[in-house]
Amino acid sequence: MGHNWDFSSVFASRALLLQGLENTLILGATCLALGLFFGLFVGAARFSGRAWLYFPATVFVEVFRNTPVLVQIMWFFFAFPIIVPFQVDAFTAAAIGLTLNTVAFSSEIYRAGLQSLARGQWEAGRALGMSYWQQMFRVILPQAARRMLPAFMNRAVELFKMTSLASVVAYGELMHQAKVVSTISFNPIEMYTSVALIFFAVLFPMTVFARRFETRGDPRGRS
Amino acid sequence: MSGGRGADGAGEALRIEDLRKSFGDLEVLGGVSLSVRRGEVVVVIGASGSGKSTMLRCVNFMEIPTSGKIFLGGALVGRERGGGIEYREKELTRLRARVGMVFQHFNLFPHMTVLQNVMEGPKTVLGCDGEECRRRGNLYLDRVGLAWKAESYPSQLSGGQQQRVAIARALAMEPEIMLFDEATSALDPELVGEVLETMKALAEDGMTMIIVTHELGFAYTVADRVLFLSGGRVLEEGTPSEVLTFPREEGTRNFLRGHGTFRLPEPRLD
Repeated sequence: MGHNWDFSSVFASRALLLQGLENTLILGATCLALGLFFGLFVGAARFSGRAWLYFPATVFVEVFRNTPVLVQIMWFFFAFPIIVPFQVDAFTAAAIGLTLNTVAFSSEIYRAGLQSLARGQWEAGRALGMSYWQQMFRVILPQAARRMLPAFMNRAVELFKMTSLASVVAYGELMHQAKVVSTISFNPIEMYTSVALIFFAVLFPMTVFARRFETRGDPRGRS
Repeated sequence: MSGGRGADGAGEALRIEDLRKSFGDLEVLGGVSLSVRRGEVVVVIGASGSGKSTMLRCVNFMEIPTSGKIFLGGALVGRERGGGIEYREKELTRLRARVGMVFQHFNLFPHMTVLQNVMEGPKTVLGCDGEECRRRGNLYLDRVGLAWKAESYPSQLSGGQQQRVAIARALAMEPEIMLFDEATSALDPELVGEVLETMKALAEDGMTMIIVTHELGFAYTVADRVLFLSGGRVLEEGTPSEVLTFPREEGTRNFLRGHGTFRLPEPRLD
């Protein structure tokens, strides 16, 4: 149409955008690491038959699966500070929201992964005289991990996209930087186009990498 | 190979006293007693649902008995308390290492090679060092004639070979007694023979075995004693020829009649 595309103003503010990308990656990586770590425990609690573990874990998962991440981030930024005796900055609020969300979703991946293994695998380990945790670490997790990997990869891609939501609480990630710069240099069209391209450039290789795991599958898959 | 059996068979490998097991309201075992000498081969037959598998699974406490006593190597498993028996998971875990079990569906570990499968028990449970584990693994793989498949993965093996690996895996723990839970039921007919041959060789070597099977010909050839289970009780018990060719009980007769309904004439192999 009539628009005269001009990316020079975007290029001029590359330092700010790079800073934003760095913050995006920091936020994403932090939430991914914490989310996967705590997700294992929540997933194991959901997997276990014990009511006192299963019930609270299930409530947690359902609450975070059934509320929007945007609302969670806003809540941790505006409401959470009122009920805790410390300051919550933008990074912390966004990180808590995204981490808990990742915990909820990854715990389901863990649980499904554990449940996907035939009971006979546990029994074979048990019949050899293995303890519960020996069965878990020697027999179950190595097989389950292979099945869970593609799902975790997809989760990671989702998470990095969700980091852009942290812009609503003014955390300086890529999206927020773009918003700030575009209001000064009046180039929202080029700026958001660039942000989309940057996200794509980072995430597309990840998706391709994840797909390799899916299609290659398990060469010794029969159990 | 043979000859050892019976000679040192004075000791008692296993004794079961009035074993009962219920799942909720359903009573699966209604008081089974059995004593197995060292080196003895006991074959358990019966219709599906008669409790044979449950009985076997109680012996290594894959299922916890509702009541009754189990003695392994002369010692009571668990502690008597207030009329019942109290079991601790730690003790049961140690006990399972002394009892080998072979499953209908093999349950090999698909992420490990054949050799790793066989080494896994000694390594993880008995804590032997790498060289010793490897030696043991190869020894027992050789026993089942599959040393040449050591580096393959289970999925690359036929069903019969997989089950022989599973037997080697159980043997590598050097158990006091071996339990076979319908070990050939999931196999194609042409693969049954090699597994039965492996089991027969074990029996001839003097291994104490309890075998749940539908292979009556095998039972007749290999068993020292045959138990016929019906409705969670031992209906008839005796030598293979007593139970399989001259059954006294009507229930046993009906079961055997069912098995003999369609019979081939002697195949001509000349």
